[in-house]
Amino acid sequence: MKPARILIVDDSSVMRKIVGRSLRQAGLDVVQILEASNGSEALSLARENSLDLILSDINMPLMDGLEFVRQLRSIEAAQHIPVIMVTTEAGEAHVVQALSLGASGYIRKPFTPEQIKERVMPLLKG
Amino acid sequence: MDQTLKDEAARVRIHLSARATAPGARPAGKTSDAEQSKARDGYLGELARAACEVFEIMVETSLDSATENSSPFVSDFTAIVGIAGSLCGLVGLHTSSECARRMAAKMLGTDEVTAGEDVQDAMGEVCNMIAGSFKAKIAGLADGCALSVPTVIIGRDFALFSLANGEHYELTYSFEGKPLSVTLDLHS
Repeated sequence: MKPARILIVDDSSVMRKIVGRSLRQAGLDVVQILEASNGSEALSLARENSLDLILSDINMPLMDGLEFVRQLRSIEAAQHIPVIMVTTEAGEAHVVQALSLGASGYIRKPFTPEQIKERVMPLLKG
Repeated sequence: MDQTLKDEAARVRIHLSARATAPGARPAGKTSDAEQSKARDGYLGELARAACEVFEIMVETSLDSATENSSPFVSDFTAIVGIAGSLCGLVGLHTSSECARRMAAKMLGTDEVTAGEDVQDAMGEVCNMIAGSFKAKIAGLADGCALSVPTVIIGRDFALFSLANGEHYELTYSFEGKPLSVTLDLHS
């Protein structure tokens, strides 16, 4: 598995740091972690960088995570990038909506590094 | 404890629990006493489970129950997240700034956090996760309610009033020896 370039999208800087630390604690070979505080910033970074994975919150200002996934999937060069939603909104309706828009998986906050590893590893190998 | 602080603790407590204790205050919903008692136990139990889960996983510290002899405390760091939908109300996390800084440091895996923004952010996120975890544990709330973005209040000279006439629930804990409380204020 080649070193991964991963984008973390969350309006909380503390949560971005925790997700980043969890990725490293999970033993993933990460070449670079990029950060965005909303969906709009994340779209710009997705256009400018070759990403292997995106972990995104849902409730964010300016552009939420669901709209971000919808717009990301309309960018041809970014259609293949797996997106995992990391959020407190764990209702079935949110999960179904996120998956139908093109999300690849779902992690509910609070999460353990093991849960991050469990969801992320198959997507990076795949 | 200084008498001024004691008085202030009493004042703040009265403001936060006024709806549950004031004469004529009605508990949420038009239900029987037995149903209200059952619902109250259910909400308190799930709120406690949510708070303990979030602290164990994200703050990597277990919450201890406050002892009956614990002195009343005045929080100067409060985070609030609104719940709206089939259940409406506020989830609150109340503690001291010292305790909030310690929580943020534990979450970030550092010895101390100096940036105020990180402390506010951490308090808001912990409260947000408690609210999210709480509603996920109550049947029908996961999809039936939305959460607001967290609000963080710094300082202790404030009173929180709600226009709705609901119930107030409060759980008190000790985090590394420092007092902390989790509240749920429901709209009727």
